[in-house]
Amino acid sequence: MDLGLNEAQQMLKTTAQDFLSTECPDTYVREMEEDERGYTPELWTKIAEQGWLGLIIPEQYGGVELEFQDLVVLLEEMGRYMLPGPFFSTVVLGGMSIMDAGSEEQKQEYLPRIAEGQIIMTLALTEPSARWDAAGVELTATATGDSYTLNGTKLFVQNAHVSDYMVVAARTGTSEENISLFVVPTQSDGINQTLLKTIASDRQSEVVFNDVKVPSSALLGEENKGWETIQKVMQWGAIGKCAEMSGGGQQVLDMTVDYAKQRTQFGRPIGSFQAIQHHCANMATDVEGSKFITYQAAWRLSEGLPADREVAMAKAWVSDAYRRVCALGHQSHGAIGFTKEHNMQLYSRRAKASEILFGDTDFHLENVANIIGL
Amino acid sequence: MDFKFENIDEDFRSEIKDFVEKELPWNWREQDLDPEDEKDSVLVRDFKRKLGDQGWLTMAWPKEYGGQAASHMRQVVFNEEMAYRGISAGDAGVRMVGPILMLYGTDEQKEQFLPKIANAEINWSQGYSEPDSGSDLASLQTRAVEDGDDFVVSGSKIWNSAHADSDWMFMLVRTEPDAPKHRGISFVLTELEGQEGVTIEKIPMMWDAYRGLVTFDNVRVPKKNLVGEQNRGWYVGAALLDFERSGVDRPARAKRVLEDLVEFCKENKKNGRLLADDPVIRNQLAELAVQVETTRLMCYNVAWMQSQDLIPNKEASITKVYGTETVNRLYGLGIKIMGLYGQLDPDSKWAPLKGRIENAWLRSFGGMVAAGTSEIQRNVIAQRGLELPRG
Repeated sequence: MDLGLNEAQQMLKTTAQDFLSTECPDTYVREMEEDERGYTPELWTKIAEQGWLGLIIPEQYGGVELEFQDLVVLLEEMGRYMLPGPFFSTVVLGGMSIMDAGSEEQKQEYLPRIAEGQIIMTLALTEPSARWDAAGVELTATATGDSYTLNGTKLFVQNAHVSDYMVVAARTGTSEENISLFVVPTQSDGINQTLLKTIASDRQSEVVFNDVKVPSSALLGEENKGWETIQKVMQWGAIGKCAEMSGGGQQVLDMTVDYAKQRTQFGRPIGSFQAIQHHCANMATDVEGSKFITYQAAWRLSEGLPADREVAMAKAWVSDAYRRVCALGHQSHGAIGFTKEHNMQLYSRRAKASEILFGDTDFHLENVANIIGL
Repeated sequence: MDFKFENIDEDFRSEIKDFVEKELPWNWREQDLDPEDEKDSVLVRDFKRKLGDQGWLTMAWPKEYGGQAASHMRQVVFNEEMAYRGISAGDAGVRMVGPILMLYGTDEQKEQFLPKIANAEINWSQGYSEPDSGSDLASLQTRAVEDGDDFVVSGSKIWNSAHADSDWMFMLVRTEPDAPKHRGISFVLTELEGQEGVTIEKIPMMWDAYRGLVTFDNVRVPKKNLVGEQNRGWYVGAALLDFERSGVDRPARAKRVLEDLVEFCKENKKNGRLLADDPVIRNQLAELAVQVETTRLMCYNVAWMQSQDLIPNKEASITKVYGTETVNRLYGLGIKIMGLYGQLDPDSKWAPLKGRIENAWLRSFGGMVAAGTSEIQRNVIAQRGLELPRG
């Protein structure tokens, strides 16, 4: 057993903290909340230079070939520093879909460009039904000769507005899991996008497909087998989000403890009051739990071990824990924590968004219920 | 990151399971024992002797004292397997008195006590809390006055197991009333059996057990039973051998309860519907399963830190407070799931799972108070862990 970070992970963590504290200060995060693109190509290039975009991409495709658990260490820090932009959607959603289902040709086409920072990707999965199951995929792909025609609407597509390609989940048959994946250039004829305004000020879009034609070479993996990949991507996505939340929770705890030491009322630091101390102790407990329940699932995913139980437990726990941590952070900060000027609100808005992504607590608890034999 | 146990530890896990199936003198699937309860303590002692024969009771002790110097993770395996079966293998003698003697005892004391602790020949009772000294333990008032070769002890000790087949008490007594409160305390060993001036009362608890209240009225304790320096007893009592102290017994015990409740839900109906099909119950039981799992991992982390020579500080308090509170919630949910049947005492023929859940729920409140209340633990997390200023 080894519940700590190995040397390489420790180094990655330190490097990430150094890099992000310089390149992604809260001023940048705030700027990007208002920015049209939501990220800057300058920082994107620097991130590519760090090797992070290709962190888990095999060396033969120009990546660093580390494991998913290493990526989780990096995502923790990105959560702590609230890195804006399409890193997650490119690496975890788009990149890992291609790594899982792509043909040799597709891997050669996309993965080196992801690693080098040349393309931005995303996953177009959810639709107006907002379901996470295969039945929620109603957008159709109809085969005609050596091409497919896509029709339907995707909703809550992350960073579609700046993506070069979308991995689109489409219905290609009548039985529930007859889903196929396609790599679709975002600029294709017949695609119309509308940006959504969201609680976390991230960039999500409604993407309408109106007779969008793609060649059959755009098919990712086998026809009607796409749901298998989606299920894996959902797990990677859920644990990736858990890592971000875990890192964010650590930062909220640190901020709150610092504030409690400095803020004086009744002639003493509020951190000397037992009520505030117990808030902080409860936050520390939630942060501690978040870390290990996330690591356990990340480790199993990295090792290729069955992880349904661990992933469901992690997403169920961390979604609630991060929300509790932010709530206590607010309570301990008092009114200043609710102001736009304060960073607390940046975290609590993201906590809520992450809570509902890739299945909320109830969704995952139902999975847990099945797994424990109910 | 690596969340699996070594193969040799997993082999050891199987060995323990086989041993328990063969040697345990009661049926763990049917019966929960309270080792501090009089009627159960004899059975527990018998089994502990068997564990002693295996060398498992003192597996964490250094080899020079007849232990096995077992790794922390191996201890975790042992404690998990025992707790899952509701067996209390934790023993104050093995876990507290033995290690304290190794660090502070005289050769004579070591010779007198260590072999008997290792064989579970002595049942120890802890003499720390007093009626007026709970969380503020250092305010304790039981006096020990020097008189020739003896201390003369007067006062009372509460919440112990003296009533339940106890032979000796390890206790904190005040030897210097004028010193600052932590500096006037000594650590002594007092024989209870046949001791003049000792009165033991049984306090009935709200669950099916008693705790002891021992009154000392000018009880003579030989000075040779003083452990460590006089007036340094507070620090002697705080000494810890490097046992795994993750509290992994709690999630292990809870795992079994979860399994029992899942079975119950699959076999019983409420308002005409199978409990396992009720979405609210599914959600709540799954939530507890997640909390138990999280507790387990937090515990593994404490033991793992110890194995790396890191000192679990806030981490140990976190597992204590979260573990005990989770267990309390789990039993409470169990009673609710059982509906009207959940309220039945263990001796009712109608009681589901022999009333174990009802009794365990009542008992689980003790967990949140004993050995540092949840509030004290949170203070520790905040002050020692997060370095918040003392009030």
